[in-house]
Amino acid sequence: MVKTAATQPALKPLSLHIDHLNHGYEAQGAMRPVLDDVSFDVAPGEFVALLGPSGCGKSTLLRLIAGLEAPLSGTIEADGREITGPGPDRIVMFQDPTLYPWRTVEENVALGLDIHKKRDPKIVRDALHLVGLEKDATSWPHQLSGGMAQRVALARALVNNPRMLILDEPLGKLDSLTRLTMQGEIRRFWQQQGFSALMVTHDVEEALLLATRVLVFSPRPARIVSDQPIELSAEQRHRDDPHVIALRRAILEQLGHRNDW
Amino acid sequence: MSRVTTHETTHSSVKDMVWRWGAGPCWGVAAFLTWWLPDGDDFPDTTLLAGLFLACGVVLLILAALKRLRYWAPWSAVLGLGLGAWEVAQAKFLLLPRPFFGTPQDLLDVFLTDWKRLGDSLLHSLLLLLIGYGIGACVGIVVGMALGRSLRFRYWVRPIMRVIGPLPPVALLPLAFVIMPSTRLAGEALMALSAGFPVAVLTWSGVAAVDPAYYDVARTMGAKDRFLVLRVALPAATPQIFVGLFMGLGASFSMLVVAEMLGVKSGLGFYMQWAQGWAAYPNMYAALLVMALMCTSLMTLLFKLRDYVLRWQKDGLKW
Repeated sequence: MVKTAATQPALKPLSLHIDHLNHGYEAQGAMRPVLDDVSFDVAPGEFVALLGPSGCGKSTLLRLIAGLEAPLSGTIEADGREITGPGPDRIVMFQDPTLYPWRTVEENVALGLDIHKKRDPKIVRDALHLVGLEKDATSWPHQLSGGMAQRVALARALVNNPRMLILDEPLGKLDSLTRLTMQGEIRRFWQQQGFSALMVTHDVEEALLLATRVLVFSPRPARIVSDQPIELSAEQRHRDDPHVIALRRAILEQLGHRNDW
Repeated sequence: MSRVTTHETTHSSVKDMVWRWGAGPCWGVAAFLTWWLPDGDDFPDTTLLAGLFLACGVVLLILAALKRLRYWAPWSAVLGLGLGAWEVAQAKFLLLPRPFFGTPQDLLDVFLTDWKRLGDSLLHSLLLLLIGYGIGACVGIVVGMALGRSLRFRYWVRPIMRVIGPLPPVALLPLAFVIMPSTRLAGEALMALSAGFPVAVLTWSGVAAVDPAYYDVARTMGAKDRFLVLRVALPAATPQIFVGLFMGLGASFSMLVVAEMLGVKSGLGFYMQWAQGWAAYPNMYAALLVMALMCTSLMTLLFKLRDYVLRWQKDGLKW
């Protein structure tokens, strides 16, 4: 499914430095903390998976890194410069495809280019080719299946030639077979295009198959419980590999599922 | 299953044939009765009317032969019979009280002799309507967008809208005639108001209902406010905006008629008022017919525009 067609120059992947980050929301007059003193670094080109119980604050962390919200305290630096807002170097892919229904598939993919008034049909075509949807370029979003829509969202992200791809559970709502295919695609895009990647997921296996490093968070307010590199070779990155199974058990234990199944 | 389908097809195709080939003769019957029965009084253009009926019948027969007449065949047949019945009842036997009920040839005569004034009135009405409605719709969309996107604008404008909005614009007519320099301008202003209010409210509700995730997607790619308003909020709100545009158009129609009947000295409303004053009832009916055609044509145009702009939607209501 994945083709090699990188028309845009590969950019240097982004590094992150996150220092004593705290965040929270006000609800019914009280402050509800969401992030509790979170610090970690991401080296250029790393693929970091963020695991944690549902609702712990991982997605909030991603929104802060994307610059969609400002933290209450602490700093986030990208390549040594503090993040003050969203920027095309950090592109987010959300759990829902959130395609614009009034734009055709190709117009959706071209969104980032339109925002910066740099529409280039060739870049759009190549991105659609990359996700195998060039035949659907003129379809409307309501004509797509869930997997196709998420592929369009992926193409829409890649068109920006991001230096960091921020993935907020992008495969969470797909059926398991489509999910397997797209896991492979995301992994290969990451290898080919060499961006840094941050991915929130609930699926421990997915984290182990894709990431080079896994951060485990506590229940809300999110604190880093463990930070471990995943040093697996390409052959070992398989669902039934004993290394993967051992790591999965260890991480599930950290998530508080020692005795479950 | 297939047998049932075949049976139904043959059955309905016989019925189709009857309607298709019957429509023309229905008009032929109307034409014959019009020409053959003597008029009950001295009416103009009876022979011409019979000729027109006959021409309609011939055209329908040709369309039937070309297989172009299918969906509208029953309507065409019944319309011919209805016009024939009206002609017989009123022009031949004088069954309905005159002069309030005219004959078909009276109506035809108005179009033949007074088409210039009718056309002129139509033009004036259209101009008045389109300028007032156009301004109202544009201002309504801008105000609605501002209400949906700006807290400060909403603070100042919402109370005004809540007080003035529910008031029927007709109530402002006497005031408008006094404070505006001309009755024409007063009519324009009130038509803009009656169109603008529903457009503004519906645009606002459309913008308020935009999925915040749509903004996030554009913002993460570096979109600024201008893009978020014009390229995200506006297209996302178009289905609602069109609801407002339809409501506004209806409101403009009634405002147009009232304004023309009460102050503006031109247009179809004025023509009707004048015709009624002179007891020229056929002229009134003629103006009514022209007005109905104008309103339905504008509605159809708006529906066509909507179907084009919202072609990305799965399905829409048909006019």
